[in-house]
Amino acid sequence: MTDTKTTPVTPAPTTRGVLPLPTAAARPLLLAGGIATAASAFLAWTWTAEFPGDLTINGYPGGLQWLTVVAGILTVLFTLASYDIRGLGWLLPARNTAPLVLTALGAFATTWFTIIAISVELGGLANLEPGGWIAAIAAALPLLGALALPQENTGNAKETFKASIAKAEKIPAPAAVSPWIERLVITVVTAIGLGVFTYGIDTEYGELFVGYLITVVFAMWALHTAGLLDRFSRLVAHNRSFTLAMGFVAAIAFPFTQTDDHYANIGVNILIFGTVALGLNIVVGLAGLLDLGYVAFLGVGAYTAALVSGSEFSRFSGVQFPFWASALTGAAASLIFGVLIGAPTLRLRGDYLAIVTLGFGEIFRIAVNNMDGDSGPDITNGPNGIPSIPDLNFLGFNFGQSHDIGGFTLGRFANYYLLMVLIMAIVVLVYTRAADSRIGRSWIAIREDETAATAMGINGFRVKLIAFALGAALAGLAGTVSAHVTYSVVPTPYQFAGSTPPNSAFLLAAVVLGGMGTVAGPLLGAALLYLLPEKLVFLQDKSLLAFGIALILLMRFRPEGVIANRRQQLEFHETGQLDVPEQRIDDTDDTAVSVTKAGA
Amino acid sequence: MITMTTTTTTGTPVLEATNVTMRFGGLTAVRSVDFTVNSGEIVGLIGPNGAGKTTFFNCLTGLYVPTEGTVSYKGTVLPPKPHLVTKAGIARTFQNIRLFANMTVLENVLVGRHTRTKEGLWSALLRGPGFKKAERESEERAMELLEFVGLANKRDHLARNLPYGEQRKLEIARALASEPGLLLLDEPTAGMNPQETRATEELVFAIRDKGIAVLLIEHDMRFVFNLCDRVACLVQGEKLVEGTSDVVQSDERVVAAYLGTPFEGVPEDSALDEVEAAEAHSATSTTSVEVEGDQK
Repeated sequence: MTDTKTTPVTPAPTTRGVLPLPTAAARPLLLAGGIATAASAFLAWTWTAEFPGDLTINGYPGGLQWLTVVAGILTVLFTLASYDIRGLGWLLPARNTAPLVLTALGAFATTWFTIIAISVELGGLANLEPGGWIAAIAAALPLLGALALPQENTGNAKETFKASIAKAEKIPAPAAVSPWIERLVITVVTAIGLGVFTYGIDTEYGELFVGYLITVVFAMWALHTAGLLDRFSRLVAHNRSFTLAMGFVAAIAFPFTQTDDHYANIGVNILIFGTVALGLNIVVGLAGLLDLGYVAFLGVGAYTAALVSGSEFSRFSGVQFPFWASALTGAAASLIFGVLIGAPTLRLRGDYLAIVTLGFGEIFRIAVNNMDGDSGPDITNGPNGIPSIPDLNFLGFNFGQSHDIGGFTLGRFANYYLLMVLIMAIVVLVYTRAADSRIGRSWIAIREDETAATAMGINGFRVKLIAFALGAALAGLAGTVSAHVTYSVVPTPYQFAGSTPPNSAFLLAAVVLGGMGTVAGPLLGAALLYLLPEKLVFLQDKSLLAFGIALILLMRFRPEGVIANRRQQLEFHETGQLDVPEQRIDDTDDTAVSVTKAGA
Repeated sequence: MITMTTTTTTGTPVLEATNVTMRFGGLTAVRSVDFTVNSGEIVGLIGPNGAGKTTFFNCLTGLYVPTEGTVSYKGTVLPPKPHLVTKAGIARTFQNIRLFANMTVLENVLVGRHTRTKEGLWSALLRGPGFKKAERESEERAMELLEFVGLANKRDHLARNLPYGEQRKLEIARALASEPGLLLLDEPTAGMNPQETRATEELVFAIRDKGIAVLLIEHDMRFVFNLCDRVACLVQGEKLVEGTSDVVQSDERVVAAYLGTPFEGVPEDSALDEVEAAEAHSATSTTSVEVEGDQK
């Protein structure tokens, strides 16, 4: 903290920080600032417990202060790695400074967000204890240090700053490690991922969630610029099935980490939303058919399951299918509905198709609204919907009751969550297998150039109809579970746009935001889009506006979505193309390890 | 100049177009063209810009439904659906390259194999031994074709990243993947330098040696007359002359059509532009579009 005194030095002509500080001071400042930031979280920041999370205790961090601790420690770790400390070299394979800048920015943003939130919510800076002031100053130090890091100076401050947070151009190939270590790394990363994700779901108030998002975004950004994400995806490519298995283990482990069934409820809703988004990804991401009425298929599945669930309000109240039968019925009903809608509409292309599917989606909702015996046949009870859907009972395992498994209590939603994990596994399997096959290739060909695809012998209509029907069936499958989870089905959620998921606009946003044509993308997008309105209660009526803005920003800065498909990434970024031959080496790792070394 | 021993064993007709007429509204782009391609033949189709060559191609491959006339392949009349035409055994390339730009080179050729494989959704989901065998065979066949056109070392590149000449080659490989009996090439050497043109020439001969008849549209006259056993000249939608290179080369009507000397029975001057406009217009949609005089 003492070496902030700036002594004017002659700046080096080409490498100089964004700030005119001596470059020698940059890293000590980062290190000291990082430690100070983490330490300041142990002070009391405010004097009243009115601010959620209780930041009044000296000697122990609470709530948002934990995020400051994490961000500060990350800054310290990356700085130490840049000092070539043994054992930390792997953090900075390319030895670039961008991760330092970004972690420092993250620590600064998280801390200052908290300070500002305290001042605004409690009404003034007077609510800050001295600890709060110290934290604010401490968090600014690493930022100053980061901006003083030597950096290629382009003469333009904006350009220089851009360059200072750019990803390393060349990331040296990692040393070959044994497959067991690779798997260990994947396991550890999955565990950390589960921890981070669980923390996000369990955030109890909006401020904590925003702080969490800030910290996570900057941390991921830093890891990305350091090249660690690339290295990890390479590991994943080598151990694809192992990673998939670990992912499902983590997904199954989630309810066991929860004590409150409320969070399992969030989890099951995210899974339902994510499953439907993945089904939509077949239609939009692979076949390139813009479907704006997709949520109707979820509705068909849910209504079908409700009708055969044995609910006393169902038209067929005497009928009670076992779950496997109602799931198949729901999927089949959606499939038929998909073919019925697809057959006339899929003759259209592009914008016309989007408009027509939008219309058909609304037709479903309005028809369901009117089938109440008054304005139409008595099937769906109109706006009242079908309430009191009984819980599933599977081989004597009642989903509605809590069960103790190995000392853990699994509540009602946790049961459904585990069922949804199974369905999600099926959908992921269907998606990946369909995408990597003759039919998947013809979907992509249709998306790329329909005329050329038909000239290559692809029956465009047939292939598109299969995509449409498959996507519909998967959504219907998810719908059957959702009917049981929510006890009742009503027409309102199955609309084009609303402030809470699922609706067609949110589904499409989840796919586009997460990354079209990938498996992880729509799931991540669905999780984000479900959690944001759930956690940020103050957004409520403005959430659609916020999403609109978020999508516009995303389209401007990362049109391929958060998780990029390789194709899409190349499509949108003409320059800086990924080196294809290197990809080749990736794919045939086992035989070409020596080539990797030679090529590096 | 490559002296070629014309295989005059021009056997059975592969492609027979009889009385093909294509009208866009009041405009006749192709008028009663009779045309035959025999097995083992390389046939050229020449003509000034806007003569209706590509329109005629589109009629042959089912992209357009001819207003009158029929197209038959090896004796059976072709349905006017592009994918059925390809399935029957006619493959084509496009004047402006239409690769699947964001697919890899190998995937492009695999898409070309679509009609010769039949693994559907269920087999893709279940991944039985049949599926794996078919995938492996498709890949082997695709690699053979990439070997044939000289792109085997670029199998994992995205098609968009290939240089222009290689994109043309890839388009030919993709068309060959459908195991055609007749290959239609729409201006295969457009935009190529002399070396590349010569290489394409070799490639076309090699394709013919595989027993595939070739019909090509081209503006490079040296290329056409070197290559083709037979050349037909299309002017203003009508077949002006057809015959060996020498016959067509010495036909003064052909020369007149290219050099602009008026010849008998010329319609209005604007007809040419209209054909072009109509072609460009209907290239965007496969349905025939009403093109009236208000097109300007």
